[in-house]
Amino acid sequence: MAHFTKATSVHDWLNQRLGIDTVRRVMATEYWIPKNINFLWAMGMVLAITFGLLLVSGIFLLMYYQPNVATAFDSVNYTIMKEVEFGWLWRHIHGVAASVVFLIIYIHMFTGIYYGSYKKGREMIWISGMLLFVAFSAEAFSGYMLPWGQMSYWAGMVITNLFAGGSLHADGLVEWIRGDYVPAQAFLNRFFMLHVLLIPLAILGLIGLHFGALRIPHVNNQDGEEIDFDAESKKYLAGDKAGSKVIRFANDFMSKDMMVVGIYLVFFFYLVFFHYDFAMDPVNFDPADGLKTPAHIYPEWYFLWSYEILRPFSTDVGLMAFGFAQVIFMLLPFLDRSPNALPASRRGLFKFWFWAMLIDMIVLTAMGKVPPIEPFGTIGFYAALTFISLWILLPIITMFEKKV
Amino acid sequence: MKNSSRRGFMGKAFGAVAGVGAVASLYAMKKSWDPLPSVKAAGFTTLDMSAYKDNELVTEKWRGKPIFVLKYTPEMIASMTEKQKGRSIKIGDSYYLVNLGLCTHLGCIPGYNPDEKSFLCACHGGQYDFSGDVTKAPPPRGLDIPPFKIDGMKLVLGEEGPEYKKMKESGVTL
Repeated sequence: MAHFTKATSVHDWLNQRLGIDTVRRVMATEYWIPKNINFLWAMGMVLAITFGLLLVSGIFLLMYYQPNVATAFDSVNYTIMKEVEFGWLWRHIHGVAASVVFLIIYIHMFTGIYYGSYKKGREMIWISGMLLFVAFSAEAFSGYMLPWGQMSYWAGMVITNLFAGGSLHADGLVEWIRGDYVPAQAFLNRFFMLHVLLIPLAILGLIGLHFGALRIPHVNNQDGEEIDFDAESKKYLAGDKAGSKVIRFANDFMSKDMMVVGIYLVFFFYLVFFHYDFAMDPVNFDPADGLKTPAHIYPEWYFLWSYEILRPFSTDVGLMAFGFAQVIFMLLPFLDRSPNALPASRRGLFKFWFWAMLIDMIVLTAMGKVPPIEPFGTIGFYAALTFISLWILLPIITMFEKKV
Repeated sequence: MKNSSRRGFMGKAFGAVAGVGAVASLYAMKKSWDPLPSVKAAGFTTLDMSAYKDNELVTEKWRGKPIFVLKYTPEMIASMTEKQKGRSIKIGDSYYLVNLGLCTHLGCIPGYNPDEKSFLCACHGGQYDFSGDVTKAPPPRGLDIPPFKIDGMKLVLGEEGPEYKKMKESGVTL
């Protein structure tokens, strides 16, 4: 057994039992971050804060929400919105954060792609990040079911129908997922469970993995430079703070991070108080009705690009294209054959690939929102083909990339 | 040596028991997600076919989905093609359309025009004749026919009778 001495302070008492000084050193003061980064490196902290906002607002919504097909709609739109004091605040924070979190995820992802932050030992950071994207998507979808409005019901109908696999007609699987022939009580109850317990647990675990994956390869920098973190941290600790290429995670880097978070939160709460309506589809303010289809069924904006890859093709081809789109980002570290971990601007053809992919996904998103009439149908079709072609081209153009 | 093989055996035995337990729990979890018996029991709807009026579309509900029921007029019966006849259900001396009221394109609910004697889906412009057969794309096929069983003047939806099985075999419905 360890030797304990009479504590000289509360800090010392805790330190002897929990090693809080060591924890602080390992997690914060001697966790090293490169200096050569920009505000895009703060998106991780922005995401962590947004997840915190979702968690806290979710806890308050959970106290009044009723997962029952007869009462769910009113528990949200009447009880929480009209009766509960500040209920509107929690709902609008939850709704706005659910939408904005995807904007930040996409920025975070494309930052990683641009700077090659998925290469040279950082593959697991990328893969765990993409798993988080999948978990967040499932969390967003299951949450969207809960107000039990028309869009909840019909999105639930359409998305669960995807599991029939087109011509495979696996209706048994669809009914198993729903627990009924159509979305009904069993469906609402199990998606409530998924939304408030199982998926959040998975997300917390994946966040742990994502942070852990960062530990050994460390954070990338603007030039993709391979930094000797041991040597640079020794230089810093020896007093040469100006000459060292790294700074402490806390409080130095955190203070810069929180500056970006601060600006983000101003924008975030502006949306919560004045523009929450963008995250609240008006169609979902009609209660669910299985005998009346809304004229247009479309997902929230963050799913539009993959929805548009599904839509312009016949059922089976569309499903295959959709499946391709869902998994392909996961394989990025292995499809990029170039040894260069550099910003896209210094990587020849990859520069054009990056911007083509970004623009194509914006075009897909825009085309997914408009009704499928001409010329939008044709534009969407070619944008979907472009998406698939770009991924087929990626290994080829990166294989011939010159080593820099 | 003796000890380590004993330890190895213990490990394998523990692993085997845990493995059986894991498979058994997965089975229990799968079964817990199945539709409940009460849900399945509610999956049958019985329609009294003598109550419908000529050329008047009635929307019934079966397993939460809309079911179109349309009794043909004598003129409609006289004008029926073989294909239309194959899609229709004969009960007593009357012919009926009994179809799932969901467009086979993307699942919207088409509307019926009694003067034109045809269905129009407002979502993407698909059209069907009075027997539910598709007459204008994009729908890939005619309206689906729910499983049914004829029982005198009654029609039980959710049960597969010989007439339904024949339709399924001949490819009239999926």
